[in-house]
Amino acid sequence: MRKHPVVQLLLIGAIGTAIGLPIALAIPWFPAQAATQAHRIDTLYHVLLIVSVPIFVGVLSVVLYSVWKFRMKPGEEGKDGPPIHGNTRLEVVWTAAPAILIVALCTYAYTVLHANEVTKPGERTVNVIGEQFAWYFTYPSSPGKSVVTQQLYLPKGQPVVFKIHSRDVIHEFFVPAFRLQLAAVPGITTTLRATPDRLGVYSVVCNQLCGNGHATMRATVHVLTPAAFQAWLAKQPVQPSPGYSFSSTGGGAPAPAPAPAPSGKAGNGSATAAAGKAIFTGSGGCGACHTLADAGTTGAVGPNLGIRLVPDAKKRGLPLAAFINESITKPNAFIAPGYPAGVMPQTFGQTLTATQIQSLVAYLASVTK
Amino acid sequence: MLIKLRAPGWYRAALFDVIGFAFAFGLVVLIRTLMHEHPVLDGYAITTVALIAVPLFFLVGLGVADYWFYWAAGKRTRPEDHSAHGARTWRDYFRVNTDHKVIGIQYVVTSFFFLLIGGLLAMLMRAELAQPGMQFVTPEQYNGLFSVHASLLIFLFVIPVFAGLANFVLPLMIGAPDMAFPRLNALSFWLLPIAGLMMLASFLAPGGSFASGWTAYAPLSTSLPLGQTFFTLAVQFAGASSIATALNFLVTIITMRAPGMSFFRMPLLVWANFSTSLLVVIATPFIAASQFFVLLDRALGFQFFNAFVGAGKNGNVIMYQHVFWFYSHPAVYIMMLPGFGIISEVLAVKARKPIFGYRMMAFSLLAIVVLGFTVWAHHMFVSGMAPWIRIPMMVTTAIIAIPTGIKVFSWLATLWRGVLRLDTPMLFALGFLTMFTLGGISGVMLAMIPFDIHVSATYFIVAHIHYVLFGGSLFTIFAGVYYWFPKMTGRMFDDRLGKLHFWLTFIFFNITFGPMHLIGIQGMPRRVADYAQQFATWNLIISLASFGLGLSTLVFLYNMVASWRGGPRAAANPWRALTLEWQVSSPPPIFNFDAVPTVVGGPYEYGVPGAVHGIFKSPAEARPTGTIATSPTPE
Repeated sequence: MRKHPVVQLLLIGAIGTAIGLPIALAIPWFPAQAATQAHRIDTLYHVLLIVSVPIFVGVLSVVLYSVWKFRMKPGEEGKDGPPIHGNTRLEVVWTAAPAILIVALCTYAYTVLHANEVTKPGERTVNVIGEQFAWYFTYPSSPGKSVVTQQLYLPKGQPVVFKIHSRDVIHEFFVPAFRLQLAAVPGITTTLRATPDRLGVYSVVCNQLCGNGHATMRATVHVLTPAAFQAWLAKQPVQPSPGYSFSSTGGGAPAPAPAPAPSGKAGNGSATAAAGKAIFTGSGGCGACHTLADAGTTGAVGPNLGIRLVPDAKKRGLPLAAFINESITKPNAFIAPGYPAGVMPQTFGQTLTATQIQSLVAYLASVTK
Repeated sequence: MLIKLRAPGWYRAALFDVIGFAFAFGLVVLIRTLMHEHPVLDGYAITTVALIAVPLFFLVGLGVADYWFYWAAGKRTRPEDHSAHGARTWRDYFRVNTDHKVIGIQYVVTSFFFLLIGGLLAMLMRAELAQPGMQFVTPEQYNGLFSVHASLLIFLFVIPVFAGLANFVLPLMIGAPDMAFPRLNALSFWLLPIAGLMMLASFLAPGGSFASGWTAYAPLSTSLPLGQTFFTLAVQFAGASSIATALNFLVTIITMRAPGMSFFRMPLLVWANFSTSLLVVIATPFIAASQFFVLLDRALGFQFFNAFVGAGKNGNVIMYQHVFWFYSHPAVYIMMLPGFGIISEVLAVKARKPIFGYRMMAFSLLAIVVLGFTVWAHHMFVSGMAPWIRIPMMVTTAIIAIPTGIKVFSWLATLWRGVLRLDTPMLFALGFLTMFTLGGISGVMLAMIPFDIHVSATYFIVAHIHYVLFGGSLFTIFAGVYYWFPKMTGRMFDDRLGKLHFWLTFIFFNITFGPMHLIGIQGMPRRVADYAQQFATWNLIISLASFGLGLSTLVFLYNMVASWRGGPRAAANPWRALTLEWQVSSPPPIFNFDAVPTVVGGPYEYGVPGAVHGIFKSPAEARPTGTIATSPTPE
C-alpha cells in the first residue's frame, strides 16, 4: 500500500535518527574528565547532540527523499512543479519551534555556566602567569611570598580559583581535562574556577597564538590527594612573588591580594648559584623550554643546557660565563645548531635584574662544567 | 615610447610605481632628517610608507582616476564612448574597463587565482601536520602559512568572488545597462590584486610573512616583524574595494531597477546582495579602524595596545578584539548571504518551482543583517572580557539560527514535489544545503557558552568555519559559477566533469573537515605546527583527504578552461529560467538590453501557466497579463 509522501518522509527521518543518534552518542568525543565542571559540560554537549541529530537527519532526509522521488524522469524535460508559493501555517511553525528550542537550550546552558562559575567555599587561589613561551604557577604563602613552579599541582576535591596574568602578549590557559580555558591578558587579571575531581596528570595548553614557540607552550597539571598536595607544597621553597608585567618600575598590573612584591631592580641578595637555580625553575621560567638534569627540568623547545653549553661556548669562542650571559640577554647572537632563531624571548635582559642574571650565570656555569 | 608612458596603461603604471617608491623614500628620509632620527635610512619605515604610496601611484598610472583628475582640474573630460566595453581577447581583461560584465569576470578569475594560492598554502600546512613533530617548515613559517591562507581566502576569495558574480549578473537581473558608478566599479576591482599581492609579498619580508593569524590580535601583531605591516595595509586596500563595491550595489539596486521591478519582484540574489552591501558599508570601517590602530602602534609607537607602558599602563588589549569582531562577525554573513542568493536562484530554476515563502526569504535576510551586528563578542567568550557580556551574546547568537532556519526550511520546501534537474549547479546547491546545516548546527552548539569555553580555538572551530565557509560559501560559489558559466562565457561546461568535481569535492571535504570536530573536542588546539601523539592518526587521514580535495580542484579548472575555449555554444536560456539575465543572448550584448525590459511578474513563477517575469516592451505597451494575479506583489 502506498503511503503519503510526508508519512514516508517521517518514517525515513525516524529510522535515520534511530540509527544516527546512538552512533553520535557512542563516539568517544571527550578526553578524561578531571573536574566537576567537565561533567556538566559533557552532559550539555550530549544534550546538544540529541537535539542536533534529528534536525540534521531531517534536513538530509528531505534532500535525499526529494532527489529520489522528485528527480526529473525521462520525458519530463519540459515539466514544471506545482506553483506553491508558501504556506503561512508551516512558516509560523518553523519559526516558532526553533525559537522555543533555542530559549530552552540557552536557559540550560546558562544554568551550566552558573553552576561552573559560582564562587565555592574554601577556594584556593593559584596565580597563573603566561609568558612567551612558558607557564608558571604561584601559590601565595605569606604577603609578597609565593611558591613558584612550572608544573601545576592541585589537590583533588578542593575548589580552585585561578588568577590569570600575562607578561607579554595574550596567552590562553587551557586544560582540556577540565574543559576550561581563559585568556591571559596583559594588563588585567582574569578569573577561572575549577574543582579537580580525578587524580592524574593532564596537559595544560596555551590556546592563543602567541608567537613562534606557541605550539610548545605546554605544562602539566598534577591532581594529587589533599595530603600528597600538602606534602608537596611544604617541600617547595618560598620566594618573592614574581610580578605580572615587564614594567621597569616593578610591581604588577592590577594587584591581586596579596599584593605581589616588586620583581624589579630593587631585588636584593647576592648572586649565588642557589638563587640561580630557584630562578631557573621558578620565576625565570627557563626550565619550561630547556632540559637541565641538575634542575630536574625536561623542556624540549630549546637545547639541553646540561650538554650543550660547554661545546657551544667553544663554538662561539667565548668564556662559558660570558657566553651564558649573552645567550640570556641576546639569545639570537648565537643559535645552537638545529634550533630556529627567534623562539627564545629577547626580553630577559629587561625582565630579570642584573643580580638575577648573574645568579643564573653562576648556577648554569656551575652545573655544566 | 613616450606616448606609451603618458597614456594610461601598464607602462605608465610601472613608471608611476618607481615614482611612488621614490616619493616614499624621499618622504621618510626628509621627515627623519627633520626629526633628527638616526639613521635617516630606515628600511622598516620606508617599506611601510611605500606600501601605501606605491599602490596609489600604481592605480593612478594604470588610469583608474584619469577622468576624475581631468574633471577636478577643470580640463575637458573625455566622456566614455563605450568603445572599450566588452572583451574581445584575453588581453582586454588586463586593462581598466568600466563594463560590469568585464569587471565581473576580472573579479571572478582574480579571486579564483587567490583561491588556488590559498589552497596550496593549506596543502603545505597539511603536509607539515601529517605527522607529529616538525618536518618541512619552521614554527614561524607555519604561523605564516595559516595566516596568509586565511587572509587570502577571506579577503581575496570569498568576499570578492561574490562581488564578482553579482557584478556580472546583478545589473542584468534588475534590467540595468550597467552598474550605477562604472568608474568606481573599475577602481574597486583594481584595488583587489594589490591587496592580494601585498599579502603574498609579505613572504619576502625580513622575518617572514605576517604570522598572527587572520585575526591579528594585538599585542602579538604589534610586536611581530615587518611582514605584519603587509597584512595591516593589505586589509585597507581589500576593505576599500569592498566598501566601494557595496556602495555601488546599493545605489544600483535602489535607483536602476527596470520599470515594474518593485523590491518584492527582485530575484533573491538581488535581495541577498542588497543585504550584504548594507553589512559591508556599515561594518567594514571597523576592521579598517582596528588595523589602523595596529599600524599606528607599529609604525609610530602609539601604544594603543601596550598594557605595560605609560603612567596609567592603560593600553587596552581587549578593545582590539571588540573592534575587530564588530566587523569580522558581520563578515561571516558578508561571506554567506550572497551565497544564499545564489542557492535561491539555482534551487527555484532546477526544481522548477517558485521559491517557497519568497517574502520571508527576503525578510530573513534583513533580520540576519540586523542581528549580525549584535553577536560579535561570541568570538570572545574566553577572551577575559566582562563575563556578563557573554549571556546576551549567547542569546542573540542562538536567535540568528531562526532566520537562518527559515531559509533552510524554505529551500527544502522548494524542493518538495518539484521536478529536480540534478545537474552540476543543483548538486552543489544540495551539497550546500546539507553541509551548511551541519555548520549551522555546530554554530548553535558554539553559542552555548560552557561548551564554547571548552572548544574555543580548537580544531572544532576549524571544522565549524570550514563547514560554513567551504561546505557553505564555496559550494554556493561553485553552484553559481556553473549556473552562470553559459551566460558569462557563451559556452556550456562539461556536465559530466562537473558532477565528478562535485562528488570528489563533497567526499574529500567531509573526510578532511569532519574528523576535525572530534580532535577539536578531544583538545587539539588550532594554529599549532606540532601536536600530541594521540592526534596522529586522524591528522594523517585529514592530510591525505585534503590532498584529494586539492586535486579535485584541477577537474574544475580543466572544465572551466577547456569549456571556455571550446565548449558547445550556449543558448540564451539553457535552464529555461525566468529571471532577466537569461532573456538576453549568451554572452549578453554590450549594453545588456536592446530595449529596456518591463517587469510584469515575480521572478520565480515556475509552474504557473504562461508566467513571465519581464517583457521587452515599454511600460506603456506592456499590458498586465493574466499571470500577474499570481505573482507575489503587483505593486
